[in-house]
Amino acid sequence: MTAEPESPDVSVEQKQDPSIGVDEWVARQTGRREYAPGPRGDIQRRFERVGWWPKLAVAGAFGAIVPLLLTNDFQVQVGINALLLALLALGLNISVGWAGLLDLGYIAFYGFGAYGFALLSSSQLNPPTGIHFAAHVSLPIIAVAAACLGLIVGLPSRRLIGDYLAILTLFFGEAFVEFTNNVAPSKLGGPNGITSIDPIRAFGHQIVTNKGYFYFLLILLVLSAAALHLLDTSRTGRAWRAVREDPLAAGMMTIPVNRVKLMAFSFGAVVAALAGTVFAAQQVNVFPTDFDTPYLILIYAALILGGAGSIGGAILGGLLLSVMLDGFLRSPTEAGYLFYGVILLTLIVKMRPWRKLVAVLAATAVFGIVVHTIVETISKTAVAGGPQSTGWIADALHNWVVVPSNPTTAGNIGFVVLLCLCIALVQVKGRSRTILLVPTLYLAACVWEGVLVAQPSITRQILVGAILIVMMNARPQGLLGSRRVEVV
Amino acid sequence: MVATGAAPVIELDELSLAFGGLKALTELDLVVGDREIVSVIGPNGAGKTTVFNVITGVYEPTAGAVRFLGESIGGLAPHQVTRKGIARTFQSLRLFLNMSVIENVMAATYGNTKAMPWESILRLPRARREEREVRRLAEEVLSFFGQRLAGYRWEQPAYSLSYANRRRLEIARALATRPKLLLLDEPAAGMNPNETHEVTELIGRLRNELGLAILVIEHDMHVVEGISDRVIALDHGVKVTEGPFEQVATHPAVVESYLGRDPEALVEAEAPPSGAAGHS
Repeated sequence: MTAEPESPDVSVEQKQDPSIGVDEWVARQTGRREYAPGPRGDIQRRFERVGWWPKLAVAGAFGAIVPLLLTNDFQVQVGINALLLALLALGLNISVGWAGLLDLGYIAFYGFGAYGFALLSSSQLNPPTGIHFAAHVSLPIIAVAAACLGLIVGLPSRRLIGDYLAILTLFFGEAFVEFTNNVAPSKLGGPNGITSIDPIRAFGHQIVTNKGYFYFLLILLVLSAAALHLLDTSRTGRAWRAVREDPLAAGMMTIPVNRVKLMAFSFGAVVAALAGTVFAAQQVNVFPTDFDTPYLILIYAALILGGAGSIGGAILGGLLLSVMLDGFLRSPTEAGYLFYGVILLTLIVKMRPWRKLVAVLAATAVFGIVVHTIVETISKTAVAGGPQSTGWIADALHNWVVVPSNPTTAGNIGFVVLLCLCIALVQVKGRSRTILLVPTLYLAACVWEGVLVAQPSITRQILVGAILIVMMNARPQGLLGSRRVEVV
Repeated sequence: MVATGAAPVIELDELSLAFGGLKALTELDLVVGDREIVSVIGPNGAGKTTVFNVITGVYEPTAGAVRFLGESIGGLAPHQVTRKGIARTFQSLRLFLNMSVIENVMAATYGNTKAMPWESILRLPRARREEREVRRLAEEVLSFFGQRLAGYRWEQPAYSLSYANRRRLEIARALATRPKLLLLDEPAAGMNPNETHEVTELIGRLRNELGLAILVIEHDMHVVEGISDRVIALDHGVKVTEGPFEQVATHPAVVESYLGRDPEALVEAEAPPSGAAGHS
């Protein structure tokens, strides 16, 4: 089974006219670069041979099991947030990943869906009874309206490219927040938002539990992924990618570039608006600040982390980023695992040979003990703080890191010094880099135990940023994205 | 030379194009008849590619008319022009590099297919049928290049192709739009002598087997000599001369625009009888 697809290729290759060796070489070279050597490459190849639909089925089935393993409502909420971010990244992938349009107003479509559902399923309009449409009525209305809104936003932007498009769409996104904040407070609620929104209710059934919303979102995500995959492999998908690659050439190849761009805006808007409806129904309240720029940046980060242009990548990026931010990084112990884990992994991947790695780690340990002893003899209070984290890592580091009894000031100074050291580390080369690495690692541990652990809300942003930087260096195309070539 | 009874495939009638004060093309007349291969030559900046850009709708002419099969196509958008049956390749290759070879070709059928997005999502009968036809057309077009774009390359990304194969793929992509007129912008640029010879044969086959009218921009005089029914020489947006290859290649103004004004060469060039000499 596994050998079969290869054998005809080989025979064709052998029959080739010998004069066309160059292409052959290029193709093989690309293959060699894309697959890791040894068993890792074999797994990669075998994974790629699995069809798209079986992969989706397995992922969907896995997602369906997840709620059974979750023990409390907080975890289910983390799951819902993750699915929402994945769905949003999936929609953003249409305009950014496929059509190559830098759409910074995307978040407004999400807000539009949420506010649309809120207005159609609450007592906000037409009080005191309000409008209470069932979901099978309101969702199609919102989807169609969002598609039209996508067209309207796309119309003035369709001739703009790159930076200009980004600025115009960013304006649109900001305008949405201002609009909901200031226009018709009696209807849209102003900064107080819209409260007591109905749950999703269709054909006499309604979703009451968070697990119900989890499954609803999961189904929505799987259906959207399936629909978008079918679209991607059709004439529309090819046209989008052609426009991304070269708009002028696409025009010359019978593709109406402007119309194709508008379609990309429209489809993205529908996906985002559907995500918005579920968000509104599950949260019960919507506020203008839910749809502000920081969340947009998170959606972009998810898409880039996963790999723009790939459906699986968008979903994986959304899930990973959201679970990292809401789940792991909230608890100091787990954040610590991630912090030390990322540092260790980076060292293991980047440091060759392994003897050098062992030497650096040993030197860091010795360096820490020496510094700790010296500081302790000078002033007892300078080490009185001890690690701020808990658990076995803290026990292990207790007589190693220097944390004063009031760590905030020292920690902040240490943080700035750490940043300087990191920059210096990038600048120097060779042996001095290896030597400089030792105090940097030590200081990183001290700063972490001193201040960062105590402030998870800041720390998790820094950590996610660091992970993104590491990712972008190691795999610029994202986790599941395919390598893009601009000009060769 | 041109004339059969029917309208010519493409006809430029006193076509002018100016960017502000810069005259890119001045009152250019150009005709390509059915199954005719016409070459455009001229030094760099003569306006050769500009002619292509005007025909394909990238630029709108300042004055004059462009007629395709007797119908005016001036002012149409590029995708509309292409849908009428004019396809082109680019001097600096403009493939969809990060799409597979066969997708490059299939993308060019967009204008000749009709399935709406929802039909594609639901894989309704029309979408399925069109997808089958498009696939068959793409395979057929790629097979035209024989082993050069053989089947095992179809699923590879276009960037993995060699330079010469990228030029072939550009032609294949243009053919997928089902053109009646093919505009080739320096099809032999950057090719080795062997490949250049192949291009010459290929252009002949495009006319003989597919019945296309072809307008070629080319610098390689061997290619021009090998393929052209007629040659048009341009310089500074003005037609210098037009006629069979031997006549144009030895025309003093052409020689001058390529080699510069050298009195002795001019005297030598004037020796063969050739209409109007010595203007410039």
